[in-house]
Amino acid sequence: MNNFSYTTTSTAKEATSARKDNAQSAFIAGGTTLLDLMKLNVEQHPQLVDINMVPFKGISETADGLRIGALERMSDVGENPLIVQQYPAISEALLLSASPQLRNMASIGGNLMQRTRCSYFRDTAFPCNKRNPGSGCPAQTGDNRGLAILGGSTACIATNPGDMAVALVALDAVVLLENSKGKQRRVPLLDFHLLPGTTPQRETVLEPDELIVAVTVPTAAHARKSHYVKVRDRASYAFALVSAAVGLDVQGGQIRSARIAMGSVGTKPWRALEAEKLLVGKPANEASFRAAAVAAVSGAAPREHNRFKVEMVQKTVVRALQEVAV
Amino acid sequence: MDTEPRFFETNGPGTGGVVGQPLNRIDGYDKVTGKARYSAEFPQRGLAYGVLKGSEIAKGRIQSIDATAALKEPGVLAVLTHQNLPKLAKTPNDPEGKKAIGAPMGFLPLTSDVVHYAGQPVALIVADTFERATHAASLVRVQYAVEKPLASYLDPKAEIFNPEKVQDDKTKGYTRRGDARAALAAAPIKHTATYTHAINHHNPMEPGATTAVWEGPDRLTVYESTQGITRTQKSLATMLGLPQEQVRVVTKYLGGGFGCKGASWPHTVLTVQAAKAVNRPVKLALTRQQMFTGMGHREDQTQTLQIGATQEGKLLALVHEKTSTTSPWDNYAEPNSKIINLLYACPTFESSYQLARANVMTSTFTRAPGEAPGSFAIECSMDDLAAQLGIDPLEIRLRNYAEKDPTNGKPWSSKSLKQCYARGAELFGWSKRNPRNGATRDGKYLVGYGMATASYPVHNSQGTARVRLYADGHAVVQSGATDLGTGTYTVMTQVAADTLGITPDKVRFELGDSRLPTAPNSGGSVAGGTVSSSVYVAAQEVWQKLKKLAVADKKSPLYRAKLDDVMVEKNRLVLKSNKQKGEDFMALMKRNDLPDMEGTGNGKYGSGYEAAQAALNADPTKKDEAGEHSMHSFGAHFCEVHVDAELGTVRVTRWVSVHAAGRILNAKTARSQIIGGSIFGIGAALMEETFRDQTFARYTNASLGEYHIPVNADIPDMTVEFIDEHDPYINAMGVKGIGEISMVGVSAAVANAVFHATGKRIRELPITPDKVMGALAV
Repeated sequence: MNNFSYTTTSTAKEATSARKDNAQSAFIAGGTTLLDLMKLNVEQHPQLVDINMVPFKGISETADGLRIGALERMSDVGENPLIVQQYPAISEALLLSASPQLRNMASIGGNLMQRTRCSYFRDTAFPCNKRNPGSGCPAQTGDNRGLAILGGSTACIATNPGDMAVALVALDAVVLLENSKGKQRRVPLLDFHLLPGTTPQRETVLEPDELIVAVTVPTAAHARKSHYVKVRDRASYAFALVSAAVGLDVQGGQIRSARIAMGSVGTKPWRALEAEKLLVGKPANEASFRAAAVAAVSGAAPREHNRFKVEMVQKTVVRALQEVAV
Repeated sequence: MDTEPRFFETNGPGTGGVVGQPLNRIDGYDKVTGKARYSAEFPQRGLAYGVLKGSEIAKGRIQSIDATAALKEPGVLAVLTHQNLPKLAKTPNDPEGKKAIGAPMGFLPLTSDVVHYAGQPVALIVADTFERATHAASLVRVQYAVEKPLASYLDPKAEIFNPEKVQDDKTKGYTRRGDARAALAAAPIKHTATYTHAINHHNPMEPGATTAVWEGPDRLTVYESTQGITRTQKSLATMLGLPQEQVRVVTKYLGGGFGCKGASWPHTVLTVQAAKAVNRPVKLALTRQQMFTGMGHREDQTQTLQIGATQEGKLLALVHEKTSTTSPWDNYAEPNSKIINLLYACPTFESSYQLARANVMTSTFTRAPGEAPGSFAIECSMDDLAAQLGIDPLEIRLRNYAEKDPTNGKPWSSKSLKQCYARGAELFGWSKRNPRNGATRDGKYLVGYGMATASYPVHNSQGTARVRLYADGHAVVQSGATDLGTGTYTVMTQVAADTLGITPDKVRFELGDSRLPTAPNSGGSVAGGTVSSSVYVAAQEVWQKLKKLAVADKKSPLYRAKLDDVMVEKNRLVLKSNKQKGEDFMALMKRNDLPDMEGTGNGKYGSGYEAAQAALNADPTKKDEAGEHSMHSFGAHFCEVHVDAELGTVRVTRWVSVHAAGRILNAKTARSQIIGGSIFGIGAALMEETFRDQTFARYTNASLGEYHIPVNADIPDMTVEFIDEHDPYINAMGVKGIGEISMVGVSAAVANAVFHATGKRIRELPITPDKVMGALAV
């Protein structure tokens, strides 16, 4: 870890201005990823700008849905009755994440910015295009069991590791951003994370002087009937091998709308739009779900050790849809 | 004829004694309140902090090390490298030096410019704070001449060879008993299977840690996280060229070890040399990441086991081959073949070891070294054989029950395996097992029952204890043992209390200091039996002295009694013929103006209580009876799993372990130890695996985030029982030890349950969801 200065701010303006003046500095909220990466020397920041006092708080029902302040903690959001009842997939994804201690610290905004668990990224002894552009990607032929089968490039196949973002992207969440001029913009979460392409070091559309203010999720029937299934090597406190967030609106046995997103298989939280379209108008049965799952992995490019994910994530999607269709 | 230890007659169950009782840990309060000091927690005046910098490459040479920037940082005291490390009298870099030191690895980093493995220390940075040392380490620039490394025996370029001996020369590279190949060829039933075991790391909660304090130019105190203070003392003294008594090693508490603290690894002596270089006490604790390249591991390995059997499932031949990765210098392989040779009655046996050198550090003992992976092979193959022949898995084990040690024909000193099987089966409900594989379902889960046998030898060992009994009724009892966290403090207090006839609160048991009487390493399950027997024998010496004092004391009720007519009853000396006649030791000692009385005792392997009694009475005819017997503990594990039929996840839903390991000193700590070992085994079975990148020969998951060990949600309530077993041969207390056996057979029991649930046999550990899902799809 390098030496750094530490500043607390209580307004978004102060925070974003601090970063505008020094793009190498970093915002810190819960710090559950940032401090790890700084200790590993993966990230080195001369300055940390503490945003915990910035008033991006509150979990509220708005006219058209749900609004979660970016500085709400994962545990509070996961246990919030409104979310538990109206957006169960979000709650389930959060409560299956990390550990209670980490969830008590980690913020919603920070969780959206969580960086990959790719081993090559997290150990500075290895080459890594994301950490050190142009140095290479040993994951392509190395230990890629946990890495992405969708959205990868020859430069990077690092998985987006989170759970919450998978549920949010399935339910059409929108991220509200604010920059140092006080200007706000709304970005669908679907477009918030970037594919690695040739620039895997760029992970989101966030500008250096922008902060995440809040996340909104529209009200929908499929949100009330949403569900998150996570498959992992141990029963708790592990990143997903694969996961699926789904939402279904079924009336009279027929699917009116469907939402499917998959975790730990893509270089970003992976929304399966084609699969969703396939389900609309179909009977809510296993055959429909399996067909959708096949479509969901279309374009998958597995490597040596993550081939299993192609099948496992389909089964997980089917499982999630079956459980929510009951 | 069984002769119970004297204390047991007077202070055993029902008589108010505490041995065997579920006493709470006497160190529990200190541990949960933080009062217990671990080896990195001893305050020292002027303490400096050491941080190791590990090599980024796995093979090559150090061309240059630039420490300029690091040395400019405030508070940085030194950057030690191979160019400036204070010279040692001896290093393990040659076989003679390694042996003299008792080093686990024939190479000491920072003694040359050669890099042999990723993470190998290339510099040790010392600063006045841990943070400054850590930061300075990141500023040390090392230039390497990089060579292409070998990552494992699986590399096509690896050269496989047949070593004459493995495991530090303790195990022969090739063994045979009868003509197993011929017997196999002629056997009507044959079974061949290949098993692989992932690299496992010990991952104790407390990392390796050293606080080195030079008390003078040639006098050293080391607070060390070690399972063996005497071994560490000897290692350091040899390397430093000091007399052994000039080196003091202190280990008051350990946060686990599991084998990785069984010998002295490089960071210890490097910290000692750093303290010398900066002329200040230096403390160094390995980081979690460094624990993966600092204190050994269980090696990556493949075993092939061929079995020949009769139609009735009786074994005719066992042929075992193991191939594994070792370091550039040592021929280390854990001795898997031993348990395969021993577990069942089989007339022929052959085993061979093959090794390949790679750019890795030397692997080392990891809980039940050899027995854990060896039992995985034999116990899965036995299960397969049972399935192949349509025999119940428990029944096939009974058909091959070894009534005597198959390896040497000797009778067992004691063996209660049949009772373990029977009790375990009863507790588990084994009779409800569906004989068909893949035929039991509970909703989306396939349900499976599996079982396996466990066994572990009682290793040759000895140790010493000192008892000081005070006239006021208190006692201080000492032995230079270590307590890994398993309960040594507590059980030895119980033994001392009963042998002296006082309550445990009147006893202070001291351990963990090389100034105390020498005890063996806490490893190989020897500490419990050896140290308790040492305490027992030492207490007997005190009683002998007191008896002599009493019969010569005119004021004693026992005056002029024959020594043989005097016995101990709790805290009293009494006449055998008239137990009313006698007095307690306090009265006797006070009257004779004796403030205290001391005794020392040697607890020895093979010195069972018959022999211990004989030794006290100097009857040589009863000594060494042990040599005539084969000494092992035995047990059985029963496991239920739920396997998600689609996704392949496996959860252990029920667990029963029944062991017979001689006398159990404390029902509570023993149960905890068996639970811990079983969880360790479940980890190895289902999730533990260190990945080594095959190109870079570097671990890719050296953290507890990515190296999965079981969490609470993975483990069900566990049922643990012990069979009451009296062994008169092993040692004075009849204690066999339970540290290792708790893990033996566990991974097989889990794998067998998965096999029963799914009908699919997975032979590559760990049994992760991807493998199960893949097997189910076939």
